[in-house]
Amino acid sequence: MESDIISNLALGFSTAVSPINLFYCFIGVLVGTLIGVLPGIGPVAAVAMLLPLTFNLDAVGAIIMLSGIYYGTQYGGSTTAILVNLPGESASVVTCMDGYAMARIGRAGPALAIAAIGSFFAGTVGTILVALLGPPLAEIALKFGAPEYFSLMVMALIAAAVLAHGSMLKTICMIVLGLLVGIVGTDVNSGMSRFTFGASGLADGLSFVVIAMGLFGFAEILCNLQDKADTASRDILNQKITGLMPTVVDMKAAFGAICRGTAIGAFFGTLPGGGPTISAFSAYAVEKKLAKDPSRFGKGAIEGVAAPESANNAAVQCAFITTLTLGIPHGATMALLLGALTIQGIAPGPQVMTQRPDLFWGLIASMWIGNAMLVILNLPLVGLWIKLLKVPYRFLYPAIMVFMAIGVYSVNNLDLDIYMTIFFGILGYIFIKLKCEPAPLILAFVLGPLMEENLRRALLISRGDPTVFITRPISAAFLIATALLLAFMIVPSFRKKREEAVADSEAL
Amino acid sequence: MKIKNQEDFWAGLMFVGFGALAIWLSTDYPMGTASRMGPGYFPTYLGAIMLVLGAIVAMMSLKSGNGEKITPFAWKPMIMLSLGFLLFGWGVDHIGFIPALFGLSVITAAAGQKFNVVEVLLMTVVLIAGAVGIFIYGIELPFPLFWWR
Repeated sequence: MESDIISNLALGFSTAVSPINLFYCFIGVLVGTLIGVLPGIGPVAAVAMLLPLTFNLDAVGAIIMLSGIYYGTQYGGSTTAILVNLPGESASVVTCMDGYAMARIGRAGPALAIAAIGSFFAGTVGTILVALLGPPLAEIALKFGAPEYFSLMVMALIAAAVLAHGSMLKTICMIVLGLLVGIVGTDVNSGMSRFTFGASGLADGLSFVVIAMGLFGFAEILCNLQDKADTASRDILNQKITGLMPTVVDMKAAFGAICRGTAIGAFFGTLPGGGPTISAFSAYAVEKKLAKDPSRFGKGAIEGVAAPESANNAAVQCAFITTLTLGIPHGATMALLLGALTIQGIAPGPQVMTQRPDLFWGLIASMWIGNAMLVILNLPLVGLWIKLLKVPYRFLYPAIMVFMAIGVYSVNNLDLDIYMTIFFGILGYIFIKLKCEPAPLILAFVLGPLMEENLRRALLISRGDPTVFITRPISAAFLIATALLLAFMIVPSFRKKREEAVADSEAL
Repeated sequence: MKIKNQEDFWAGLMFVGFGALAIWLSTDYPMGTASRMGPGYFPTYLGAIMLVLGAIVAMMSLKSGNGEKITPFAWKPMIMLSLGFLLFGWGVDHIGFIPALFGLSVITAAAGQKFNVVEVLLMTVVLIAGAVGIFIYGIELPFPLFWWR
């Protein structure tokens, strides 16, 4: 067993350190950091936008690069959170509080360093966890039949609703809407066109690139154009960053926080529906609870940087566990990565590990290498990122629009895809106005066809008897877990906690 | 009767609408039976679930809420960004990649509050050069550059 892991990791590293894959990894983390630094464009839109760049690559290179973009955004996001009090994306919102406070008292260097060290530690633990947990989980998953898969997907979607921001009922509606959007196209069983309104361009279904760009790219820009006047007057620290290395006292204080943050992130990352944002918030809350003197938080407590930064990175890495072994993405970004695999002709699922060991282990090894690159890259390039932040938004958004348009068009060379992006963009803008969370929709959209197929198969085997979902033990366990999640939401005290947490995160 | 939460009220109505639309469209597809699901089975049930949940959301918004209101829509950016995309989608095949990009960049830039002709033209040139470099020469996307080629 252990020697298996070692030989597997050896295969992984030999795949990952090939010069071309190292290069893809480097490009991935570099572009990811860049996008993490720029506000107003998150990881989902980033991965979707850069997808066309990977069309000509082989599957290993493509997935290495796209994953690099994903975890790179976390790093970039924290850099701006610390230096300019501007979270590059939602998972680094909490880092602002103590990170920026540290920067203001002249300790930007240690803050950046501890964020990088914590993230690297968490990334290493995450990589080991993926290597350890992946194979046994895939083994179990290979035994899953249609009922188990269906119940698992129900659980994943409900978990996404429970952990999402905002009203759970509305989020469940968004999930159902996503499942419906997934129906668009030709039904594989009957060959019938459904929800295509007679458009032949929709016969193959909607592309997830179109939906991601519309909901996360187009809609975000509309929102930004309305909310912010030009952002030339950002409060950018012009002081020189001195004394990068944290002191021994810092390290001692941060060590526990890094470990706890990593554990929390690993937990939420593995959980379907969990993700970096909720991990970071929970880790920060735990540190504040545990601290002897909670009043230090918000005034530059190093634990307040170490814990959430470790947590969000651990969550990002551990998200790969369920995504790779079960073929069930746990969030919007992972759904995109799986979509990218499908474009490469690889059906996601437990068989990937046995059929394409180079891909699976190569990705794991490259994640660790990528994390190391980020530590090395991030600190010297801080100055460049700050310069980039000074680019006014009026130059930024047309560039994003141009990249988005080319990205969408290049998937199928179809003008209809562009028009559909407008549709989803305006729809996404309406969602934002109505406080409906769009991320679960895209998760449901990717799972929709799988869900219908597994429901069909399960009911076919059982001759239409729906009790099949509760008489098979594994399937029943998933459904019981789902019921518990829902029951928790109805328990008033827990619901109040969740609402407080949501309110906290919105207040920031 | 007063709506206590405008956001939820309209969100609920939107979901009811989408649910009804799904059910209505699915009437064209055979339902089949549970053991042999037809193409209409899954979407009809999804539509029904959404209709019911949407109705609950809308009804609850009448009872509870803190007077949440919907902020006004930004019509100008909405129209300009859509126009830019429309032009690009139509344009790549008809007028070529470079003119389509030019249109997209200038029109979207006009969606903002500041519009300085020189600035926008400069930015557009840089964007086009970058895009042509990366996408046409770099990863060799097969788009015609101009209408004559």
